Amino acid sequence: MRRNISLVIGIVLLSGLVLFVGIGHIVVDTSKSRALSAPAMKPPSFQYPFGTDRQGRDLLAVMVAGTPLTLRIGFIAGFLGVGVGAILGFVSAYYRGKVDVIIRGIADIGLTVPGLLVLIIIAVSIKEGLTVDQMAIIVASLAWLNPTRTIRAQVLSLRERGYVEVARLSGMSGPEIIFKEMMPNLLPYLAATLVNTVSNAILASIGLEVLGLGPIESPTLGMTLYWVNYNAALLNGWWWWWTAPIVIILVVFLGLFFLTVGLDEIANPRLRRAV
Amino acid sequence: MTTLLEARHVTKIFGGGLFDRNSIVALEGFSMAIDGDRPSITAVVGESGSGKTTLARLLLGLVTPTRGQVLYKGRDLQRMAHADWRAFRRDVQVIFQDPYEVYNPFYRVDHVLTTPVSKFKLASSKAEARALIEDVLKAVGLRSEETLGRFPHQLSGGQRQRVMVARALLLRPRLILADEPVSMVDASLRASILGSLRNMNLELGISIMYITHDLATAYQISENIVVLYRGSVAEAGDVELVVKHPQHPYTQLLISSIPLASAERTWTTETVVGPAGLQAAGSAGCKFADRCPFATSPCLQAAPPLFQTNRYRAVSCYLYQSAPALSVEEMVKAFAEPAKLSRVGSSGTPMTA
Amino acid sequence: MKADVLRVQGLQVHYHTPLGAVKAADNISFSLKADERLGFAGESGSGKSTMALAILRMIKPPGQIEAGEVWLDGLNLMTLSEEEMRQVRLARIALVPQGSMNSLNPVTRIKEQIADALTDHGVRMSKRQVEERVRDLLQSVGLRPEVANMFPHELSGGMKQRACIAIAISLHPKVIIADEPTSALDVVVQKQVMETLARVQKDLEASVILVGHDMGVVAQFVDRLGVMYAGKLVEVSPVRDIFTKPLHPYTQMLIASLPSLEQKGTFQGIPGLPPLLRDLPPGCAFHPRCPYAFDRCQTEEPLSREARPNCWAACHLLS
Repeated sequence: MRRNISLVIGIVLLSGLVLFVGIGHIVVDTSKSRALSAPAMKPPSFQYPFGTDRQGRDLLAVMVAGTPLTLRIGFIAGFLGVGVGAILGFVSAYYRGKVDVIIRGIADIGLTVPGLLVLIIIAVSIKEGLTVDQMAIIVASLAWLNPTRTIRAQVLSLRERGYVEVARLSGMSGPEIIFKEMMPNLLPYLAATLVNTVSNAILASIGLEVLGLGPIESPTLGMTLYWVNYNAALLNGWWWWWTAPIVIILVVFLGLFFLTVGLDEIANPRLRRAV
Repeated sequence: MTTLLEARHVTKIFGGGLFDRNSIVALEGFSMAIDGDRPSITAVVGESGSGKTTLARLLLGLVTPTRGQVLYKGRDLQRMAHADWRAFRRDVQVIFQDPYEVYNPFYRVDHVLTTPVSKFKLASSKAEARALIEDVLKAVGLRSEETLGRFPHQLSGGQRQRVMVARALLLRPRLILADEPVSMVDASLRASILGSLRNMNLELGISIMYITHDLATAYQISENIVVLYRGSVAEAGDVELVVKHPQHPYTQLLISSIPLASAERTWTTETVVGPAGLQAAGSAGCKFADRCPFATSPCLQAAPPLFQTNRYRAVSCYLYQSAPALSVEEMVKAFAEPAKLSRVGSSGTPMTA
Repeated sequence: MKADVLRVQGLQVHYHTPLGAVKAADNISFSLKADERLGFAGESGSGKSTMALAILRMIKPPGQIEAGEVWLDGLNLMTLSEEEMRQVRLARIALVPQGSMNSLNPVTRIKEQIADALTDHGVRMSKRQVEERVRDLLQSVGLRPEVANMFPHELSGGMKQRACIAIAISLHPKVIIADEPTSALDVVVQKQVMETLARVQKDLEASVILVGHDMGVVAQFVDRLGVMYAGKLVEVSPVRDIFTKPLHPYTQMLIASLPSLEQKGTFQGIPGLPPLLRDLPPGCAFHPRCPYAFDRCQTEEPLSREARPNCWAACHLLS
């Protein structure tokens, strides 16, 4: 544990957040996260520890209810993105040839297009109100591009390894080699990529929400910031309104960042104990 | 005589096309047939850049030839059906040089033994599989309680290599290609590993192709030898003849450069031959001509064919042009045991840069 | 009787691992005379590279030189400060390290790398003098003057190794330590590089310590040969004696395990495995594999003694 401080910090931060949400759900009345459930524009007090916003939402309830929603978008998009990216990356790198050219081409072109722009266009074209899960799918639609490239690069070097050749000579088929020989060695790397992708997905979703393109009804962190913006909370001096979501977003990102660094240390063979 | 595995006029060029200056001709016009009836031990000897590793990979089907064919029981590897490939993988096995790289660090060493057992259905029950594995481990001098259940990094290099030999033995192949099997193993352990290979040949009738740069070990365990230089055969034949009375200037150079572990100073002669220049792809003529103290103008114009100077030896050098030449079409026995050899002579297309 | 240029006494190097202290080099003592070539042969884990590095005080943690003295021309290297030792390295005792051809800076020309070595040691020379020295050095190792302007990737393996030798001798040291200088090279190139080393030694009137696992290479080059096993020096004798009348059983069996080009079927390995350095057997480290072991070998570690003039071995059979 002492060897991987980053991992510890990351886990501590994220666990803290989970505790906050967990205890919060028991202690706090989350129905108060809806509009008009509390007196508006109250600064933090004993009754409303995070204060209330202009539409009468109890901000503590908003945070407790909204954080898991934001995280959920991130995780769904992250898992989808890495899942698809891993499959494409493995197939592309192991089989090479035309398959590789096509997949790589799509990923490369996709990466040059400004992601946020595409997401905005998609979000805008959906006429009816967005749900949280629909947000996740939208963000996932682009989240697989980078993992495909990076996982492909890792597999490209793995497939030259002696043990892959021996497996081939022992009669293993392509998919078998991918799953049984290469995948286990890539697990730490995949985990690090997953955390990274989740992080990016959360960022993208918050970005969309701040622009007002998110699920309007939901008290997600990004939507809260949208309302902050809409009501010019900064200029009006309602500091408690934007402090809470920003602090929580900070904790999320710092936690994920340290987790990534920690997992990266595990994944990087140079830092592993020598054979 | 049935041929088990055969290379027919195989050429392999890496990087770029036939006339690309940056391409490397790893192997040129190489032919060799391995008899399926009588087991043999043949050594393929060469330094780095000789093409010996490329040859191994071509024969295993891990690499496709630029020209020529590799045939397994008469069938071209590139055109074989899946069923044929399975039979091929059972009949032809390999031992690689690096005893570290060939193990997946995620699994215990049992994995390299259990995988072929299950893939090739060598046993019908777990107990039978276990017995089979213990047998082969014993055959290479390992104790299963010291070996099984361990991770690769817990065994020494020599032990790991012996497990690889055991693995090759599991499948009872007809031919084992051993590519530098002991060069990364300590000197005191080499003898036992090479001894295992020798026993597999003598007792189980498995043919061995021993690929190495180490002439001394090649001499010790092989019957016949092929000396490669820059992708072409310099000399081939009975190992006693080639090593004790080398005829090709390159073979002579090679043997005189070997430091003997003895009180006698054999390294006394200053090396007469110049250093190898960087390879000029596609130049005609004998590959050794630029370093050869006996080179004359015919040597620079066309590569010499193999001249059979003895019933059991052939040399690719114009110094011996009075001896009968081995032509392309007929494969003549130059070996003491039935591995056959021929190569594309000067009648093959000389490559121009 | 030529004077001793280098004298190593009781050198002890331990590696401190979480699983215990590993005795990589245990009580090594020997002397090197002027103009002499001394070789150390041994398999992996025998401690020969560790010993070579220890003489130059280049052991890095978790390794540590626990004890011992290294006398270079009357100066105990172990007592010097780090700065003084830096001055001694290369100027008086130089190392051609293992895999040195891969330690050349890939983005610097050869002449700059040699010049760096010179200036690092405070040698003050004008630009032209440096160029001249570089040219001389390259010539002494048999490289053409054009090589000075080349990058390492433009040179072959043998040429790179000779460039490394040129760097090593740039300050005319009296002792050259070569640690597996030819292990990655082909046999023909290997001979050329060793010939270069021999020529360089003669020109400089220096002494050479050659460390290697290939008994043949070491035997053909050196005057005296030391055999190492499990971190200990088990035998040191002139080459002729080592091969005609080896004293230590390990030496005998090691020689028997080498394949010859004279006769087939003559080589056989040593049964068993070399011991784990952190878990050495009591008494003589070789006794589990020794066909002549008797009860004393299992309890008491043998001391090195002079069984014949100038032939030293550590074995109870000799007492």
